[in-house]
Amino acid sequence: MDLNQLTIIQAKEGLKRKKFSALELTKACLKRIKNIDPKINAFVTVIEDIALANAKEADGLPTNGQDLPLLGIPISIKDNFCTQGIRTTASSRVLGDFIPPYDATVVRKLKDAGMVLLGKTNMDAWAHGSSTETSDYGITKNPWNTDFLPGGSSGGAAASVAADETIAGIGSETAGSIRQPAAWCGVVGLKPTYGRVSRYGVVAMASSLDSPGPITKTVEDSALILQVLAGKDYFDATTSAKEAPNYLKNLNKPINGIKIGVSDDYFESVNIEVKEKVMDAIKMLEKLGAKIKNVKLFSPKYAIAVYTILQRSEVSSNLARYDGIRYGNDRSYFGDEAKRRIMLGTYALSAGYYDQYYNKAQKVRTLIVRDFEKAFKDVDVIVAPTSPSTALPVGSSKNNPMFGEITDVLVEPSSIAGLPGINIPCGFSKEGLPVGMQIISPQFREELMLNVAYKYEQRAEWYRIKPKL
Amino acid sequence: MVDNKYISVIGLEVHVELKTKSKMFCGCSADYFGNEPNTHVCPVCLGLPGALPVPNKKAIEWCVMIGLAFNCKIPLVSKFDRKNYFYPDLPKGYQISQYGEPFCVNGYVILNSFQDLGREANKMPKQVRHDREKKIRIRRVHMEEDTAKLIHQSGVQNFDKGYSLIDFNRSGVPLVEIVTEPDFESTYQVVQYLKKLQQIVRYLNVSNADMEKGEMRLEPNISLRLTTVKNKALISKLPSYKVEVKNINSFRFVEKAINYEIERQRKILESAKTPIQETRGWDEKRQITVAQRVKEEANEYRYFPEPDIPPIRFTQDQIRQLTDQIPELPDHRSLRFQKGYDLSTYNSQILVKEKSTANYFEEAVRVNQKSKIKNQKYVDIKSIANWIINKKVDINTILPAQLIQTIIASSQSTAFEEIELKKIVKQVILDNPKAVRDYKKGKENAVMFLVGQTMKKMPKGIDANLVKKNLEKELSTLSLRGSVS
Amino acid sequence: MFLMKINVSHIAKLANLPLSKKEKEKFEKQLEETLSYINQLSKIDTKDVEPTSQVTGLENITREDEIIPPLSQEDVLKNSKSVHDGFFKVRAILEA
Repeated sequence: MDLNQLTIIQAKEGLKRKKFSALELTKACLKRIKNIDPKINAFVTVIEDIALANAKEADGLPTNGQDLPLLGIPISIKDNFCTQGIRTTASSRVLGDFIPPYDATVVRKLKDAGMVLLGKTNMDAWAHGSSTETSDYGITKNPWNTDFLPGGSSGGAAASVAADETIAGIGSETAGSIRQPAAWCGVVGLKPTYGRVSRYGVVAMASSLDSPGPITKTVEDSALILQVLAGKDYFDATTSAKEAPNYLKNLNKPINGIKIGVSDDYFESVNIEVKEKVMDAIKMLEKLGAKIKNVKLFSPKYAIAVYTILQRSEVSSNLARYDGIRYGNDRSYFGDEAKRRIMLGTYALSAGYYDQYYNKAQKVRTLIVRDFEKAFKDVDVIVAPTSPSTALPVGSSKNNPMFGEITDVLVEPSSIAGLPGINIPCGFSKEGLPVGMQIISPQFREELMLNVAYKYEQRAEWYRIKPKL
Repeated sequence: MVDNKYISVIGLEVHVELKTKSKMFCGCSADYFGNEPNTHVCPVCLGLPGALPVPNKKAIEWCVMIGLAFNCKIPLVSKFDRKNYFYPDLPKGYQISQYGEPFCVNGYVILNSFQDLGREANKMPKQVRHDREKKIRIRRVHMEEDTAKLIHQSGVQNFDKGYSLIDFNRSGVPLVEIVTEPDFESTYQVVQYLKKLQQIVRYLNVSNADMEKGEMRLEPNISLRLTTVKNKALISKLPSYKVEVKNINSFRFVEKAINYEIERQRKILESAKTPIQETRGWDEKRQITVAQRVKEEANEYRYFPEPDIPPIRFTQDQIRQLTDQIPELPDHRSLRFQKGYDLSTYNSQILVKEKSTANYFEEAVRVNQKSKIKNQKYVDIKSIANWIINKKVDINTILPAQLIQTIIASSQSTAFEEIELKKIVKQVILDNPKAVRDYKKGKENAVMFLVGQTMKKMPKGIDANLVKKNLEKELSTLSLRGSVS
Repeated sequence: MFLMKINVSHIAKLANLPLSKKEKEKFEKQLEETLSYINQLSKIDTKDVEPTSQVTGLENITREDEIIPPLSQEDVLKNSKSVHDGFFKVRAILEA
């Protein structure tokens, strides 16, 4: 196996045993990026010099007692996280030459954990989308088939992980932007509880929904990164002081008796192959000892309206700071999708419409929160397909003004409720495209979904299959 | 200023800058005045991508205290909202403020003409003296953040409009906004209110409220109400418009600006037209108000709750604790001085004008009281008050105890001096018979010679007039032949 | 709920977005398509339901009044295309 194909756990083991150095590990990733990124365009910025310098430093550090969880591990970060001294664009020309004078809290935590930053990954501009087609820096292609999209908005992050350009990646989700590209690219994507991980330094999309999270090759890797990132942040007033449990400790706990909720509405209008694969996965969970229960949840299609209004309203306000005076370019540089969303959001908040749209959406939001609370009285986690289909062909999002929101229908309700969710691969379509399954758990109970995900993953072993690039 | 047909209807919006150490939503220093531009700035107050606001606890407490000092109710739950509009001095493209659920609501303040003026009341126009016990209702007191500072640089040549410079040091400084109902009926009441507001926030020690430094900003909205008498009944029509006036940056111009605007509106109304509802700016140079170019279409602020800041919930206990932290306010203190120390309204008002003076006075009284109890020398409280008020005592360098001693010494030395003076005057008259004869013959200047001689023999600093008086008195008892009787 | 025609020019002005005539026409159609979707919300009964603005349930998150070192003036200005003597420089903004 090439070094860049390793997981975090494997890489840590290898580094510890001095089978290879962090420098060699980093060089392997950089070589891979050089070879295949021209084909998939997962990266906006690659910082070769800095990465090599970080790796050398990591190798030079004495290993006495200092167990930095990510020491020497190459990571890719979505380009909406501010990285001090390194260009950060959110894949928009508006921020084409913006170099942040500060690090996002997530970036600082990863640095403190010893990571080697490889570069910034491509995304839908401003995270507006589920395809990575709206990027001003070219489309990212799906590593499994470059005629297809990787999903979005963390498409670059998911693709870089799936293609083994990096050991792990960091993305962000407002509603689907981690889970959906993870599903389309066949990797593990974890969206934490809203408020579990700091948003400070992440280019804001929808303030009441944005959640940074890891995109990795395995569930254990995901738990490891979540452990590094979780926690209250002085600079983010919406982070919780609830202590994060040990996410790694009980991954392998048997799931006998765990109640898994399945809702018929989440299988409606879902591609038949996706349905099959997810149903197979659920059967396997049953074999592993879990109890499958039918739950009645609001049809996810109502979440589309709620999400569209809340997100676009908050977007219209969050993008108001981009006037080109203090940084970046002026507002004429916004792409179509951004302009559309800003307009709709401005309209929904404007005089006379606030009650009808934004306030109404916040009320329906309460109903969705209560709906899940009720379901979680009967079950421990909820399982469903992540996306109604496998990856769609390049060009699918064009001229579809609600592509993003409609594609993400199955993840929107949990995002609206602020719940955590994880995508794990659960098979392939006949075309060879990955199918993803999501597990949703109650607020701040990430360890539950990680446990179920891990047990399934270790039995199904989909991670062994890699794209042929 | 007020026509018998038209009554002024004025409401006030005052912004007060809090003197917290740090800004409202970030840890930058809030002490921005006079610093190099853009040196007190961080990602939050600069509006960088990804930056998030975290509210300043002390600023919130101080806002509540201001509300309490204005007799407001403090709702248990309040929150911040976003006020969305575009302007180069607004880095995020929205201002974090409060809209639907502010910290303080429904208060009032009493303007007491006689209380505040004392003797001066007699100089005031009758109309104004009628406004006794004027109650001004406070609609709300809430928190928001300040904008950056814009400085306009004119162009070098006529066709060059010039450019504007932006300094973000002020961006994010905590502001408390105090909004009244349109209860003011005269410019005089407005000035009274502003002075009182300034006094209260200074007493609370939450702001220096110096208007010239921009620490206190005023935006009156002004309209005129037409009243007529029909069949002995007073009929009044509510105004159908109101004009907001901005850019009044100095206490000096408050009266002028408002009076100008009232007069401008009166002229329009008397020509049977209605003034346009608009925002006008006070032009200090030309001493007029001018229509402002509209910054943006119909102020559609698209308020919505600030998602980055969770709501604030107070307990009754916390509100009680904040109430306890409020020092005795000037009105109450003044009344207490009048009742407790038997001082005049006028003198009490002067003593309480600044908290430091009032504190000094009471400390001196305390020291004096201690002396009295110990059977040591003490003075009359009224003289303490008089000394502080009339003799311009430097309260920063002279300790209250020292002041008491000085007062005691001066009353003693006065007595002592008089006796000594009389002795020496008699001696000087004896020693200078020629001068005495000259004076008696009518030479007024001779007495000045005698004054000089006397003063040589007296301790330095004695009042020359006092000496002259004593000489003249003594000289008047002598017969024309100059011999001492 | 009836379908309201969006005044695209007005919204664009409020949103400070410079749009060409062609763009305005294009967006008008697309926005109305989106509107028809979100108008479905009116079908849901939300009587006596409180809006959720903080899904975390957090309250009273504040910071102490303490000073944190700011950015250097250089860092503040360095991403701007127009600065002058330590200030950001923009075209004249005239009030009256």
